[in-house]
Amino acid sequence: MTDAALSGRTRTEVDRIQDSYMAQVRRRRMYGGLTLAIFVLLMVSGFVVADGRNAGGFWDGWRQMLDFPADVLSEAWEKRANLPGLLVRYFPALIETINIAAASTLIGAIFGLVLSLLSTRGLARWPRLIPLFRRFMDILRAVPEIVIALVLIFILGGGPVPAMIAIALHTAGALGKLYSEVAENADLKPVEGLASTGATWSQRMWLGVLPQVAPNFLSYTLLRFEINIRASAILGFVGAGGIGFELRNAMAWGPGRFDEAAAIFLLLFGTIVFFDQISSRYRNKLTEGT
Amino acid sequence: MLELKAVTKRFGDKTAVDSASFEVDKPKMIGIIGRSGAGKSTLLRILNRLSDASDGQILYDGTDITALKGAQRRAWQSRCAMIFQQFNLVPRMDVVSNVLHGTLNRRSTLATMFNLYPRDDIHKAIEILDRLGIAEQAPKRAEALSGGQQQRVAIARALMQDPSIILADEPIASLDPMNAQIVMDALRRIHEEDGRMVIANLHTLDTARRYCDRVIGMRDGRIVFDGLPDQLTTGAARDIYGAGADFSEAATSTAIETLDRTQRGVVPA
Repeated sequence: MTDAALSGRTRTEVDRIQDSYMAQVRRRRMYGGLTLAIFVLLMVSGFVVADGRNAGGFWDGWRQMLDFPADVLSEAWEKRANLPGLLVRYFPALIETINIAAASTLIGAIFGLVLSLLSTRGLARWPRLIPLFRRFMDILRAVPEIVIALVLIFILGGGPVPAMIAIALHTAGALGKLYSEVAENADLKPVEGLASTGATWSQRMWLGVLPQVAPNFLSYTLLRFEINIRASAILGFVGAGGIGFELRNAMAWGPGRFDEAAAIFLLLFGTIVFFDQISSRYRNKLTEGT
Repeated sequence: MLELKAVTKRFGDKTAVDSASFEVDKPKMIGIIGRSGAGKSTLLRILNRLSDASDGQILYDGTDITALKGAQRRAWQSRCAMIFQQFNLVPRMDVVSNVLHGTLNRRSTLATMFNLYPRDDIHKAIEILDRLGIAEQAPKRAEALSGGQQQRVAIARALMQDPSIILADEPIASLDPMNAQIVMDALRRIHEEDGRMVIANLHTLDTARRYCDRVIGMRDGRIVFDGLPDQLTTGAARDIYGAGADFSEAATSTAIETLDRTQRGVVPA
């Protein structure tokens, strides 16, 4: 190749660069190999431990994995004439589930917004309290919403309100974290400009930060709304009402009411697809700026 | 060698490239000029098959480039290297890795994931960097380099592909005059010493006149000029850029008038 011949530099210097780079490559490959080995080891050992603690054992059980869906599907197919009626019957329960999700997303987003601004470096009202607000959000995220819901249902009795509070608390923690990462990248110049006019902290946030981050915030909120629909359906299982409650009843009875279970699955699937489509369309609109 | 037959590209109802045809019989250094939006970049992207032509054919040694698919298309892309205005390197990877990306067409995904490039390729990459005068930057991250150095890394990546054609899309538009000259000299040297064809989009006339063997002018997607640099007179340039004869004078006089007006007018409190 002619590539080497044209250099003004001496051959030895290029050799030196090549050797030192090769040494670097060898070191990097060794690290890469080690990481891969550790990963494989963890996967294998984790699998062996999990399989040992399983009651049935993975190797015997995995063939039956499709049995339950097959049962549900075959029964639902036999009684497919009932399906339209069942869809109509469970529609109100679906609305209740969506309602829980919407209310909790809204409340959670408002609290998340405040928490995020309070815990973002450069924006926080009380910079020294940032760790406090951060840990508070960590706690909100760490406790599973099903645990909060169970406690609240024990205190307040079953119904949609405990589920809403439980999901809202988790949403506040999760959205607060996401919001704060967006707000960290916000341009501080407008904030400084507003501060120079004597604006209060809330005015600076509302007028200087929010317009910059609103599209991203909204897109995260819509994503959270989708997640919350699933969460509120699950909370129905523990007595919070809505479509999850009906689904548990239909499935707990075992064969005989699987047509109802199938109808509910269909409703849930349709809802998720519907809101996924709507929110992705809006998110695209927001990020592209239309 | 290379022949474009009525290559057309439409975006919706807008025609970006309007039946562009030209022929190149031996490796030359070709400059394409025209104002922004004239379709220069689109034409280069079609040549590299980064985007597809709506109509027309590109023949290289008798093969229809526009009809290639899958692995064959990628093989063509490796023979037809591309250099971008914004360098398009991977910023967080070191310089040599970026140059080695020129061999990706020959390597499997798995081998590249684990950074398993052959020793000979690594040595060759550093030799190419040395040829372009930036061998000592080899272990640094690409983002740590200056614009001119980054563009030379991009040229090294192109050379690593050992291509027959090098396409350069405004290679010096983001560089200061000093670095621009280094990069253009490098491209010219590659053309002369290796005998590779170089097709460069340029936005300055003097660069085109100084470095190219042949200049193609585009305006609103059409090829309106195709000739030697010497034939690129001021009149021809005006046609290509669609500028009136009084263009520069008018601009200056407006500026002075504006200045006068602000001086006379009262500045609001």
